[in-house]
Amino acid sequence: MDPLIILLRRNARTSVEDLAKELSLTPAVVAERLTQLEADGIVLGYQPIVDQQKVQAGLVTAVVEVRITPERGGGFDRLAGRIANFAEVQSCYLISGGYDLLVVVEGNTLQDIAAFISEKLSTIKGVISTATRFRLKTYKENGVSLLREAKPQRLAVTP
Amino acid sequence: MPLNKHIAHHVRDLPKSGIREFFDIVAQEKEVISLGVGEPDFDTPWHIREAAIYSLEHGRTHYTSNLGLPELRTSICKYVHQHFGVAYDPRTEVIITVGVSEAIDLALRAMINPGDEVLYHEPCYVSYAPSVTMAHGIAVAIPTRAEENFRLTAEALAEKITPRSKVLMLNFPCNPTGATQSRAELEKIARLCIDHDLIVLTDEIYSELTYDGAEHVSIASLPGMRERCVFLHGFSKAFAMTGFRIGYACAPAALTDAMMKIHQYAILCANTMSQDAAIEALENGARAVEAMRREYETRRNYIVAAFNELGLECFKPVGSFYIFPKITNSGLTSREFSLGLLEKKKVACVPGPAFGASGEGFVRCCYATSLDQIKVAMERIGEFLGEVKR
Repeated sequence: MDPLIILLRRNARTSVEDLAKELSLTPAVVAERLTQLEADGIVLGYQPIVDQQKVQAGLVTAVVEVRITPERGGGFDRLAGRIANFAEVQSCYLISGGYDLLVVVEGNTLQDIAAFISEKLSTIKGVISTATRFRLKTYKENGVSLLREAKPQRLAVTP
Repeated sequence: MPLNKHIAHHVRDLPKSGIREFFDIVAQEKEVISLGVGEPDFDTPWHIREAAIYSLEHGRTHYTSNLGLPELRTSICKYVHQHFGVAYDPRTEVIITVGVSEAIDLALRAMINPGDEVLYHEPCYVSYAPSVTMAHGIAVAIPTRAEENFRLTAEALAEKITPRSKVLMLNFPCNPTGATQSRAELEKIARLCIDHDLIVLTDEIYSELTYDGAEHVSIASLPGMRERCVFLHGFSKAFAMTGFRIGYACAPAALTDAMMKIHQYAILCANTMSQDAAIEALENGARAVEAMRREYETRRNYIVAAFNELGLECFKPVGSFYIFPKITNSGLTSREFSLGLLEKKKVACVPGPAFGASGEGFVRCCYATSLDQIKVAMERIGEFLGEVKR
């Protein structure tokens, strides 16, 4: 992977000056590459990683396994795109195995999500079935562990 | 009862580690950002820790053979062959030790007669000279210079060789300087070793941590050298396994056998669950090692640029996770610099002379610390310089 992307994935807020030092490049070159990555649609955005459990009235998340009927000329794409367009849908993937789409849905309440599934998602022509699983607890989010393990202490000075 | 007279002379006269002394000072301060450590900040990759847990769960709590688990020795020989191009026989030519430190001790004790001279480049790891003394040898330091990026030159080595010279100790990539040796330089040194019948202890503990695509060459892989080399390596640095205390020595059977005699009486065997974890590390650890290596490389880029911006001259090392900047511009000695920085700015680094007299004028900074911490540390070093220069 592009070393710049690796650094941004670790901390997207790193300044261009610091990125330049870390990559042994000039800030101008880094800025140019960043613009290019965005223009090429490789870097799609920058978002914080939030522990929803700590946010008051945090979001409810569900993963929905969706089976759909593929179509001539396009397969799953048209229906998947239609589902992905809903604001409630956070992520949407075509999956190998027992079902077709894995849809991550967010809502303010359990009822919101239930309503979205029963009224919007399941009623789309071509959707064969849905199976909804709600998130109960988060252990790791986007590569960041939420487990509160005692951090082992290194000695301050060692050979 | 005055016990001092009961202490063996060569131990009584041994200086305490300069690092130890500095550690005691740092321990009194709170909230210190430490660039003074000699180990990775990463915890051991989970799959390796998990293998140790599995080992305990399955009751693997007994002694292993003195040389170490046969499976581990086989994995090591495969790894050394692949990465360093030297073939060893897992049955007779490798011994698993409690870290490279034990392996150094074994090798020296196995080879040194009282009065034999052991050559080593300096600044160097803190245990080299004392280990030689404890083996009743005479430690002969070869100073290396910042102007030559702390490389050991064949000329400098040749100057120090005498009829009593028996062993040359090498550590590249080097703790504390980050120095590395090119193939051409090693070839010249190898020639000298062959001409003067020297045995080489080559401590290559940092060999996986090289940057900018630099080629790591083991002196043991050069023509005629395998038979006169003790190749020392371990898991502490590349696999972030310092606390597992596991290392190894590869050497021709006659040397391994001699080392084994000491090991079997002094240690018996390295700890079993660490050996199991080490197998996992060698078999499946490459990805984790590469991820850590890349991270160190990024930090190195940052810290070297930052030091040079501050006017503290520092070459860009292509190995280990240390830099060894020159601090004479501050008008302070290494010790004054380290103590002042700690006291005023709560940043710890190790004064160069802890690694031998030729380290004066330098400090060792370890970048095996998160980039965020490094950034704060560099800001504070900048402030400190501003204050001492005023």
